[in-house]
Amino acid sequence: MKKFFSTLILLSLSLQIFAQDASASLEQSIYASGKIYVVVACAAIILLGLILFLFSIDRRLKKLEKYSDPKN
Amino acid sequence: MSWSSQFLYCYFLTFGAINMNAMFKNWWKILGAVLVMYATVAGFLHSVPKLPILHESIRNLYFHVPMWFSMIILFAVSVFHSIKYLTTNNATHDLKAVESVNVGVVFGILGIVTGAVWAKFTWGQAWSFDVKQNFAAIALLLYFAYLVLRNAIDEEQKRAKISAIYNIFAFPMMVVLLFVLPRLSDSLHPGNGGNPGFNSYDLDSRMRMVFYPACLGWILIGYWIYTLKFRVRALDKYTTL
Repeated sequence: MKKFFSTLILLSLSLQIFAQDASASLEQSIYASGKIYVVVACAAIILLGLILFLFSIDRRLKKLEKYSDPKN
Repeated sequence: MSWSSQFLYCYFLTFGAINMNAMFKNWWKILGAVLVMYATVAGFLHSVPKLPILHESIRNLYFHVPMWFSMIILFAVSVFHSIKYLTTNNATHDLKAVESVNVGVVFGILGIVTGAVWAKFTWGQAWSFDVKQNFAAIALLLYFAYLVLRNAIDEEQKRAKISAIYNIFAFPMMVVLLFVLPRLSDSLHPGNGGNPGFNSYDLDSRMRMVFYPACLGWILIGYWIYTLKFRVRALDKYTTL
């Protein structure tokens, strides 16, 4: 399990090697005239935050269910 | 560190050791999250047909309509559990029925409010007393009545039985109010009163690439919230913490 995720994290670290012209594509996208990508980024962050919040509630609930004793 | 790797790092820090088993069991929650994220980003960026009046607001299709579909699925889940309650007399089904209505009502309110905002800028008024709007409001009131009815009865089994029967009758009423009656008279809403349905607006099916995933994603998220609410309620009722 740990191996899997360390591999995943290291893989993601290596992503920046392929991002040589990141600034060029950024200028084409996020700094483009309409700036709609800024709104998209904000909306995506809000949504992602809410979804991660749901996952954390789910985990906390699972823990509670595990440690609670059924009545009677 | 690049932005993406930093994000992944934070993610694994927050969630610690992720249980692969739980991940496979909860695949539909992840699917819902991914679909909703995709639908939101693509909803802003994907190309849409250029139409008068609607213009870019046509993108509301990806946000406004999935709210209603999620509501209907949640109400259908509620009816299923109401029927289960009446056949088994198991109080758990009653809890499931009421919690799915609770979540469904939230989605319905979101649907009606987003509808009003959209109407303000395309129909000219937030609330023009269009048949679709009126009947949608009545359908929601029908379910508010369900929740009020529950609170009015103190005796637990009686409450469960009466509200289950009410719920089973409310569902077809809601379907008729939302999908049948508005079609019989003039309405500004697409798909009603001689207006063409929204599917006629995107003959090249561009919008379907986003619309269908949006619907499925929001339905899954709605169902997930319902399961969370039910589990809290069940913990509250059946266990000592």
